[in-house]
Amino acid sequence: MSGKVVTVTSGKGGVGKTTVTANIATALAMLGKKVVAIDADIGLRNLDVVMGLENRIVYDLVDVIEGRCRLRQAMIKDKRQPDLYLIPAAQTRDKMAVSPSDMILVCDELRQEMDYIIIDSPAGIERGFRNAIAPADHVLIVTNPEVSAVRDADRIIGLLESEEKGPGRLIINRLKPEMVARGDMLSIDDVLDILAVELIGVIPEDESILISSNRGTPVAMSGLNGSSASQAFRNVAQRIEGQTVPFVDLTPKTGLLNRLNNWFSKS
Amino acid sequence: MNWFERLLGKKEKSGATAKQRLQMVLIHDRADVSPGLLEQIKDDIIEVIAKRLEINPDTVVVNLDNTAQESRLVAEIPLLHSNGRRRAAVQ
Ligand SMILES: Nc1ncnc2c1ncn2[C@@H]1O[C@H](COP(=O)(O)OP(=O)(O)O)[C@@H](O)[C@H]1O
Ligand SMILES: [Mg+2]
Repeated sequence: MSGKVVTVTSGKGGVGKTTVTANIATALAMLGKKVVAIDADIGLRNLDVVMGLENRIVYDLVDVIEGRCRLRQAMIKDKRQPDLYLIPAAQTRDKMAVSPSDMILVCDELRQEMDYIIIDSPAGIERGFRNAIAPADHVLIVTNPEVSAVRDADRIIGLLESEEKGPGRLIINRLKPEMVARGDMLSIDDVLDILAVELIGVIPEDESILISSNRGTPVAMSGLNGSSASQAFRNVAQRIEGQTVPFVDLTPKTGLLNRLNNWFSKS
Repeated sequence: MNWFERLLGKKEKSGATAKQRLQMVLIHDRADVSPGLLEQIKDDIIEVIAKRLEINPDTVVVNLDNTAQESRLVAEIPLLHSNGRRRAAVQ
């Protein structure tokens, strides 16, 4: 077996990398895949709390790299899924404790047993970013429909090209359909026009994401009240699996004035 | 903007402004050429051309232009006494 390494990155902080990593890892596990999520944000460990596994940490990624434990010992099993694991980041070290070749070694070992290795990368474009993309077979770039996040995504796309990590695929997170409809937010087409990269997911702004993080249960798993973000994450997992899944229509129910507007601007 | 907003004399929507600003800033980011560097290049070009041809420095335009594949520097330098019928374009 040879698992695939998927790195989730963005450049800008706070756009939703950790949320996306937790949910995609969970959604792939729900499809029956063997999945391990790695928190590569050394010193700012977070994926553990988003996945609700913070109380079970004994060893971390740096312990593995520095030989204090075997890889298996650092893999925390998520008991809610048949085959989902987390390798947490070290909390009291910094990015320099890990090198790109360490990451490649760890991932090569994991590929033997796992279908997917999903890596959550830190913000920025320095060492931590290079660590996260070094072993990647696929890269997912997370952005928000917002000027600074899209600008940083463009920079990441450029860096990925120069590292020969392919163009990557884009996740637009925190889209607010009502704001797009009234022209006060970049639309999916605007972002794709600018970045010229393949789209793999659109995640709406959704309160259930915060509620799920509060509880430590990724929304892909809890599916809170038919949350639209939950479905969107599960769709991304299926697309990673190579299935063709239509994008959910996020246009808000239109009132009379909107319909009139649309009708006139089309003609 | 749509017909209705124009009728009301509304401002351009912020989404459209965001897109335009992004397009401008990315042209410079992608080529790694700041607006300041572009100004210097423009001054250099004016100096070189003015040695040989008669031009009005105020009408010279130097811009970056790019697609996802390539960036190019585009200079437009109108020549004096050409009645607007001839223009030299250097690329
Ligand atoms: N689609 C969304 N809707 C609502 N809140 C979101 C969404 N995506 C992320 N968030 C919130 O945004 C914050 C930052 O997300 P996080 O995943 O930690 O970003 P990053 O890892 O890129 O720094 C968190 O509080 C998270 O709950
Ligand atoms: Mg994070």
